[in-house]
Amino acid sequence: MGLLTELRSSISRVTSKLFAPDQGPKRIGIYGPPNAGKTTLANRIARDWTGDAIGPESHVPHETRRARRKENVEIERNGKSVTIDIVDTPGVTTKVDYKEFLEHDIEKEDAVRRSREATEGVAEAMHWLREDVDGVIYVLDSAADPFTQVNTMLIGIIESKDLPVLIFANKTDLEESSVQQIANAFPQHETVPLSALEGDNMDEVYDKIAEYFG
Amino acid sequence: MPGMQPPNGAPETPDGVQIDLISAGRMSNLRTMEKIRTILDSVHDGNIVILEDGLSPDEESKLIEVTMSEISPDGFTGIEIETYPKPSNDGGLFNRLMGKGSDNDNKLTVIGPANRIETLHKDENLISALVTRR
Ligand SMILES: Nc1nc2c(ncn2[C@@H]2O[C@H](COP(=O)(O)OP(=O)(O)OP(=O)(O)O)[C@@H](O)[C@H]2O)c(=O)[nH]1
Ligand SMILES: [Mg+2]
Repeated sequence: MGLLTELRSSISRVTSKLFAPDQGPKRIGIYGPPNAGKTTLANRIARDWTGDAIGPESHVPHETRRARRKENVEIERNGKSVTIDIVDTPGVTTKVDYKEFLEHDIEKEDAVRRSREATEGVAEAMHWLREDVDGVIYVLDSAADPFTQVNTMLIGIIESKDLPVLIFANKTDLEESSVQQIANAFPQHETVPLSALEGDNMDEVYDKIAEYFG
Repeated sequence: MPGMQPPNGAPETPDGVQIDLISAGRMSNLRTMEKIRTILDSVHDGNIVILEDGLSPDEESKLIEVTMSEISPDGFTGIEIETYPKPSNDGGLFNRLMGKGSDNDNKLTVIGPANRIETLHKDENLISALVTRR
């Protein structure tokens, strides 16, 4: 390819991106309650397809306090490729008390800062959900009770936006895990079992992502 | 009455818990932010709010967002929110209190300060208990 043709084609690539935002990758928000394993999943997806991670995972709730994005994650399925932007969001809740961080051996000053960041992060995640995502992966800990008000509200908000949504029943490696309980809680949506930590059932995870968000 | 005492550490008020019943009619005249203000102002006062009509998904989303922005260390810690089936339409006390306002869903929404409602929210008989007390 001559220099000029190359230049022309790269210019048209850039301009088509600038002027046709609809053709860019879909932005998929990873939502769910604190500690469900959203970041563990986001990191696994990012590592599998781009080689690097999105952010730190931790047993301390509200580890993710800012929405973090990984752009242009290209997932290959059956000879086709699907490109998405992944947004890992802070776990949604209706209450934050800095004293809960103290139980995790975090000093008061740090705990107060973390809780302030967490509240800002949750507010931001709600805002993103209303305006800036094209699809949702809703991650639940399949060893925990799915019948919570926060889950019901969030799924209701997602449905009211007509966003495509997949429910991920995470932590299937745990003995107490019950995928059926998750499926019963949200029978109107497809539930995909997985262990983000162990990497179990990731083939189906990527099949479903390609099917729903491609 | 079990569950009616404020949890340990919560400030004692003469009445224990105050309930703010908000009828469908009163809410229907308000805009989204006015609804959210009405709810959160009452919750900030330590009250438990019972909405005859639930909030729309968009209103719930904004309620979470505004709640987050009002949390402060050693102050407001957020809200508990639960929905309950409405008491049956048998002309009971609840229906007399609320009148015949709404029929578009059969759920009541209960919202309270997170540091006070915790001991209450798992009790399926909460509504009748609270309403009876009024
Ligand atoms: N057993 C098991 N543990 C998991 C799995 N996925 C995540 N975890 C653990 O669950 C904890 C929370 O994981 P995160 O990925 O940080 O959870 P999160 O949903 O991002 O949490 P927030 O950012 O705080 O909302 C960590 O200790 C993870 O190692 C899983 O599939 N199985
Ligand atoms: Mg996280």
